[in-house]
Amino acid sequence: MNDARNTILSRLKTASIDQTMPLARNISNSVNWSSNYKVQLFRTQLQSAQAEIYDATDHSWLMTLQHICQAKYLKNILLSPTTSWGEAIIENSTNLPSLKYYDDPVENWKQTLFEGIEAAFTSTYGGIADTGTLILWPDTQEPRMMSLVPPVHIAVIEKSKIYNSFAEALKAQHWNETELPANILLISGPSKSADIEQTLTYGVHGPKELVVIMV
Amino acid sequence: MTTKFRTQFAKALAQHEVRNNTESVVNKLRKHRLAAFPDQAEWISMRRHSTAIRANATSKLPQLLEQLETNLQRNGIQVHWADTTEQANQTVLNIMRFHDARFIIKGKSMVSEEMGLNDFLNTHGIECLESDLGELIIQLAAEKPSHMIVPALHKNRKQIARLFHSQFPSIPYTEDISALAQAARRFLRHHFATAPVGLTGVNFMIAETGTLCLVENEGNGRMCSTAPPVHIAVSGIEKVVECLDDVPPLLGILTRSATGQPITTYVNMISSPRKPNEKDGPTAVHLILLDNGRSRIYSDPELRDTLNCIRCGACMNHCPIYKHIGGHAYQTVIPGPIGTILEPQKNGLDSYGELTQASTLCGACQEVCPVSIPIPKIINRLRWEHIRKSSCSTPGAGSGRRKTEAIIWKIWAWNCIHPGAYNRITSVATSMRRLADRILAKISPWTAARAVPRLPDTTLHERLKALKIDNE
Amino acid sequence: MDFTRASAGPKPNTVYLFGTCLIDLLYPQAGVSTVHLLEREGVNVIFPQAQTCCGQPAWNSGYRDEALAVARAQLKLFPRPIPIIAPSASCAGMIRVHYPTLFKGEPDEASTFDVADRVYELTEFLTDILKVDLTDLGEPTTVATHSSCTARREMNVADRIDLLLDQLQNVTRIEPDNAEECCGFGGTFAIKQPEISTAMVLEKAKAIENTGAQQLIGQDCGCLMNIGGALKKQDSQISHVHIAEFLWDRTHKATP
Ligand code: SF4
Repeated sequence: MNDARNTILSRLKTASIDQTMPLARNISNSVNWSSNYKVQLFRTQLQSAQAEIYDATDHSWLMTLQHICQAKYLKNILLSPTTSWGEAIIENSTNLPSLKYYDDPVENWKQTLFEGIEAAFTSTYGGIADTGTLILWPDTQEPRMMSLVPPVHIAVIEKSKIYNSFAEALKAQHWNETELPANILLISGPSKSADIEQTLTYGVHGPKELVVIMV
Repeated sequence: MTTKFRTQFAKALAQHEVRNNTESVVNKLRKHRLAAFPDQAEWISMRRHSTAIRANATSKLPQLLEQLETNLQRNGIQVHWADTTEQANQTVLNIMRFHDARFIIKGKSMVSEEMGLNDFLNTHGIECLESDLGELIIQLAAEKPSHMIVPALHKNRKQIARLFHSQFPSIPYTEDISALAQAARRFLRHHFATAPVGLTGVNFMIAETGTLCLVENEGNGRMCSTAPPVHIAVSGIEKVVECLDDVPPLLGILTRSATGQPITTYVNMISSPRKPNEKDGPTAVHLILLDNGRSRIYSDPELRDTLNCIRCGACMNHCPIYKHIGGHAYQTVIPGPIGTILEPQKNGLDSYGELTQASTLCGACQEVCPVSIPIPKIINRLRWEHIRKSSCSTPGAGSGRRKTEAIIWKIWAWNCIHPGAYNRITSVATSMRRLADRILAKISPWTAARAVPRLPDTTLHERLKALKIDNE
Repeated sequence: MDFTRASAGPKPNTVYLFGTCLIDLLYPQAGVSTVHLLEREGVNVIFPQAQTCCGQPAWNSGYRDEALAVARAQLKLFPRPIPIIAPSASCAGMIRVHYPTLFKGEPDEASTFDVADRVYELTEFLTDILKVDLTDLGEPTTVATHSSCTARREMNVADRIDLLLDQLQNVTRIEPDNAEECCGFGGTFAIKQPEISTAMVLEKAKAIENTGAQQLIGQDCGCLMNIGGALKKQDSQISHVHIAEFLWDRTHKATP
């Protein structure tokens, strides 16, 4: 296949290139909303994509979580025991469904993950106001399938980490100066499809419900 | 002259159900796109920026591909190059064999359609399963996609209901769209959990970081690239962009142009296989970079613009011809205006040159293209390649040249550069207009649906001369 | 594409008329009306008798040598630095947008820039340069409009026909549904792909029929011939007429 590589590249390199269009990269992210407006926009955008949004505080979010779990009759919830969020949940688990931890490589319990887990709770790496988007940087503590396989995904986001736009988030979080995680995710609602008659239906392959707690 | 394509187009026009389905979805997509760009000035500036990003990436294509390869390899992603679709298929097969895998689950990928991957793997005893809802419908029906973004756009819910019922007899018959989607969810879930290999396409590849971006709404792309232990991504070489900063503008204009969404439900950015101590994600990630004629297209500065396409589908949604004949009539992997310029360049004007005639050059495609590809200009260029005598890089050039047609154009040109002759002919035609009318009435392609235009008694030249409106 | 003119210029005394082959042979009265409209504004019209066709049919069919020869013959007919008026967006667009590409690398390439800059589609010229002020003398009527794709997307003058018609107080203008969609003419397309062309024109004719208008008005005779022909074939009561002829007929006093 090295042959293919060399053939392709040498063909490309012999082409004559004329002056290209000038590319000014910093023109597109000019918006700068107030933090209140950002939160409001973030909320309406996510809601219009059928996500559930809850407002909470540093103190009340655990109660919100309990409320959500009860309202949805969840029997179990997958979470990380080592994040600060997870630790707080474990300490106050009385009114919560049974807590499950992702502490084994997926190969050892894939079937259970796909069939037995009803919900997952994750933190987020940030949010994007103009599109209503959660940014997730899955890692060893919160693996990537947590936000994908269980039918309900509950995510917590700090309002202070909501950026105007994706372009701004990239810059503010210095993505290009960091070693990127294996899989970054932008999530803007529950899974959906419009493949039949361009009519929206939710919960196709990913989570059927996306619940966001803002603190 | 009735040709292969014209016959096919006529057949497509007779399929009223498909036409209705296509038109109804296309109209929805047009409406959604329009609502997504409420501000004309903003659209213009977004479009200018996106066009510049793609033009910049294309102008540095070989360098960016090398940079991409270096960064992907540093991140632990294996890079394979394929000059032809055969090589790309063989690479997939080798990976499958290496992992002793006999089953592959697929996310939506137009490049895998271009490769004819499913058929190829089937002949080698490997089972392929499409997991995008639209692609699954197509696979169950043993058809081909009729649209890049909405593959089963030509089918309505009743047809899909019947299809699902015949394929999954255990599921009760339903025309409810959400019930149909849930049936697909239940059917595929187990396969996501057990498939040894997953395959997806790619929307953008970021050279700066060695990252593959996939956008989707259903989550099946995430499933295919996350759940199986091996992930294979296939992409055309043109999908590379220079840096992370190039992604947000392109992403925003892509999803708005395609379906009117400000963003898709999932944007999936893959930079490496599972890292040490991570508990999920594939342990091996492969990227296959397919050329299949792209580097040849690249050699021509005018045709090169074809490679800037971000596959949003807006051109087909706004094409009156696509709307009437639907995607299958094109008999290509990619239909619509972009297919009209891409497929003849890839597969040769000898077999696909006639597609360039499937355009009125109305310009609706270029008007909505988020990266300003001058599709009518390229169609015009390819029509020339199709009939030209001198050689050029596009395969099959000159294959459309017909002696009689060429002679007619020669006579026409001679007539037009000899005003004396031109005026005599037009004058005779008008003065003998009864006879001329009868001849005109015989141009059956025209008169099948239209009355013959009546010739006036004198030409404009004659009338103005009579009015003394003349040369200086 | 962005084709801003080098200079919009003041109102000229004299202009060239490029009559176009379709008008010459099939719709001469549109050309004559164009002359009347221009002359009424105090503009002298020169009609170089050696003109024939802009070359677009061959250009769009890939016959570039033939298109070039024909275009070159036209190019020489308009030497003075005065506007060239074409009562057709399609032919104006050919000269304005495509001549420079067609002549690329040819010794006379430079002169195409000058000619391209001077060419105007009629309605564009009437509104933007002459700033005509029309008084309607006609009976109340309802018209449907069809702007050609070249007027809309190549010359960006699709709205000029509306601006002109809206000056006529007895004229009710209706834009048909899906107005921006091509009528399916496309020059040789109508002959090469007649089945698709027919499907397109039938849809267009239906939309126009649905307006309930008495007449169909357009700035391009290709589209008018196509849509008008389809309407007539269906025995529709809607007749078609070029904007120049319509404007002139309604705004001049018939000489007794
Ligand atoms: S050619 Fe333009 S409009 Fe068509 S799919 Fe490609 S990017 Fe979209």
